[in-house]
Amino acid sequence: MAWSDAFLKVLKDNDVRLVAYVPDNVLTPLIAGVTADNYFMPVCATREDEAIGTVAGAWMGGMKGVVMMQTSGFALIANALASLTVPSQIPTIMVISERGTLGEFNIGQALVARTMRPVLDSLGIAHHTLTDEATMPYIVDRSIKQAVTTQAPVAFILSPLLTGGNPAAQAKLAGK
Amino acid sequence: MSANLQRLNRADLTKRLVGKLKRDEAVVAGIGNTNFDLFAAGHRPQNFYMLGSMGLACPIAFGVALAQPERGVIALEGDGSILMSLGCLTTIATVRPRNLTIVIWDNGIYQITGKQATATGGVTDIVAVARGAGLANSEWVRDAEHFERLIDRRFDDGGPLLLAAKIDDKPGTAQTPRDPALIRNRFMKGLGTGRGGALDA
Repeated sequence: MAWSDAFLKVLKDNDVRLVAYVPDNVLTPLIAGVTADNYFMPVCATREDEAIGTVAGAWMGGMKGVVMMQTSGFALIANALASLTVPSQIPTIMVISERGTLGEFNIGQALVARTMRPVLDSLGIAHHTLTDEATMPYIVDRSIKQAVTTQAPVAFILSPLLTGGNPAAQAKLAGK
Repeated sequence: MSANLQRLNRADLTKRLVGKLKRDEAVVAGIGNTNFDLFAAGHRPQNFYMLGSMGLACPIAFGVALAQPERGVIALEGDGSILMSLGCLTTIATVRPRNLTIVIWDNGIYQITGKQATATGGVTDIVAVARGAGLANSEWVRDAEHFERLIDRRFDDGGPLLLAAKIDDKPGTAQTPRDPALIRNRFMKGLGTGRGGALDA
């Protein structure tokens, strides 16, 4: 099973239906899988903080959701996390494709990537870097359950070790 | 289009709106004076008062509307706040939740921070922006009686609808209790999604 299919299966197993996302190359198979499956309710947001607000509202209305974004998008949501979901005790589930590391070429992405874990740590948000398919389902399943029961956000960082990374960066590395 | 509109009062219009709510509609009110005046209109279990995250009242209300398609959901937002989040109008226009109503209180200023001018006080027409975003059902409120007619409807169908009212520069008329976890907890109880159980007795 592709990593993306395995990931979506865990979301389904945990009744996570709403998927609010801002597109990213690495997220493409996840978004395609969500769009192709009537179980999911995909919403393409214009900004990542908008997606955080939408998923927070859905949670309060009784529907579980997830926000999918890349690292630079995460840099836009510190205020939404610090002033909405964390103090309101809303278990926001975040999936962040890790860009700007392990062979990427865009210096802007490389710099913004370094802000991600310090922001998560300073807000006390649990985060897990997913590196291999074998442990991924266990980590995601258990951590979603913990987020919901403890009413706290959680972030899953999709490492290039899991996803293969940005196709454009891989092509550059291969000299193509 | 908006140049000759009557200046209305947010607290007065908010009271009129709350008075029309007969089906436990959810109301999500944006940061500052918008939620102060919702609180002043009389607390309801289905009210959510935003204490931070400026600009997210419409996305939050949109999320509630998606999760509870049978319930009418109303977002109240100021002009400064919606200018921060114009993109969400395009998302809402694309998904078209029929149970979502957006009300924009447009005083043309950032009232709470010292009355600095917003673009809607000058060149920007927020109803034209909303229509351009794809929210065809967007209207300026001409006067209080017009507002009463526009909200004399079921809020669980016929949307998405956006209403914008030119308002005066009066500040909010009450202070909302500042406890985000309590506000969220009570809102969920009001929506039937809380998990208080025996603790609610």
